[in-house]
Amino acid sequence: MAESFELICRECRRRWGNAPRSICEECFSPLEIVYDFESAKPRISREQIAAGPPSIWRYASLLPLDAGVPPSIPVGYTPLVEARRLAARWGLRHLYLKNDAVCFPSLSFKDRVVAVALAAARRFDFNVVSCSSTGNLANAVAAQARREGLEACVFIPADLEPAKILNTQVYGARVVRIAGNYDQVNRLCSQIAEKHRWGFVNVNLRPYYAEGSKTVGYEIAEQLGWRLPDNVVVPMAGGSLINKIKKAFGELTTLGLVADKPVKFFGAQATGCSPISDAVKNNKDRFDPQKPSTIARSLAIGNPADGNYAAKCIRMSGGWAEDSSDPEIIAGIRTLAEDEGIFTETAGGVTVAAAQKLISQGRIHPHETTVLCITGNGLKTTDALAGEFSMEPAVEPRLLAFEEYLGVTLAPASVGGC
Amino acid sequence: MKISVEIPTAFRRFTNGASSVECGPATLPDLLAELEQRFPDMAQHLRDDSGRIRQFLNIYVNEEDIRFLGGETYHFQDGDRVMLVPSIAGGAC
Repeated sequence: MAESFELICRECRRRWGNAPRSICEECFSPLEIVYDFESAKPRISREQIAAGPPSIWRYASLLPLDAGVPPSIPVGYTPLVEARRLAARWGLRHLYLKNDAVCFPSLSFKDRVVAVALAAARRFDFNVVSCSSTGNLANAVAAQARREGLEACVFIPADLEPAKILNTQVYGARVVRIAGNYDQVNRLCSQIAEKHRWGFVNVNLRPYYAEGSKTVGYEIAEQLGWRLPDNVVVPMAGGSLINKIKKAFGELTTLGLVADKPVKFFGAQATGCSPISDAVKNNKDRFDPQKPSTIARSLAIGNPADGNYAAKCIRMSGGWAEDSSDPEIIAGIRTLAEDEGIFTETAGGVTVAAAQKLISQGRIHPHETTVLCITGNGLKTTDALAGEFSMEPAVEPRLLAFEEYLGVTLAPASVGGC
Repeated sequence: MKISVEIPTAFRRFTNGASSVECGPATLPDLLAELEQRFPDMAQHLRDDSGRIRQFLNIYVNEEDIRFLGGETYHFQDGDRVMLVPSIAGGAC
């Protein structure tokens, strides 16, 4: 190949060079990026990566980037935190959280994929970037487009959480609300992308965009001290992330940066939108689409484009999939906040609750190293917690009033410890 | 009875560039057979080796995924607008 990477059909393996396209015109299947790692291998080392910036760009040589246009936004390299209290609650020894609730700049893992997609948009000379989104992606596109000097026009389901709409509008992006669910928005964007020369990050730039997800996997391995975990629990919407983490681990192994090791992949969905976990649990080779009904709006994709690949990835790894009901999602959010001080959005609640089920089923073993992918920030979905907490009456700004308040709300023995 | 079928860009090389064609099938299997008969080169792009509709091809009837309408058992109504749409995009994780 002329460059060190190019498009390849995931089914018939025909190669397509580099262009803004996402389907193989021979067999109509999705395209992905293939790399020439053999020639790159001598230049890639742990030391070379560690000397790079504290962002996803430390892995630039493993991403589909045009060498002439260095990216400028310091996205990713989020904390991998050991979750000791949660581990104790669940009876595990080695539990970690990959905390993309604090991903720069828009507080979700979508910043990673958008950063790589906008690099492709610049390469292909798009002036307008766009996406269909359940919220987080729109936030990321709007924020990064502004920094890159691109126009952004994003499409969302009309009834999305107000915070996610505001978090897109504030960057000056045009927000087109569609009177339909995400799958309908998605289909419309496929049609728009055929007619307008816009860079849709998750349509015509999708193969490049999706590669950004690999950085979650690279970071997990590097932050574990260049080793792979035994288990990864990943939320699933379109089903792309779980496959890309697997691809990342495979590349690190191929490059000799980590020792080869079997990793089990576990997928988490909301019960109200669970086509992939249903396919895994019932051993279907093709998922059945669903009409989403869940508070986990960022995972509400009833017709996941990578759903069959995700189910296959899970099965082949010896993992499993679970789904979480709305009350379980809320409990998951609260557990993570109360045990680990991390406030995640509903998708994170799905992951925590599903992980708890997988552990209680004995599918995740206590002595193994397990990583939960927390993909978004709780401040974006505060509506989901409405009614969970009561507001106490205001206390007068006088010491006597406060002591009365303590007398009402605390047992006397605990007062002295304040 | 007539229905209109919208042809995605990638398939228009099989339809002499037509973006929409009229068909008269009763059900989805009839529609595939009619398209394959009229546009033989399109056949391999509609079905996989086992004869099933390709997994990355979504079929919509008047905005609704045909799988929610009964799939192969759905009986087309006069004036139905059918869209063939590649399954490519995806929003979140």
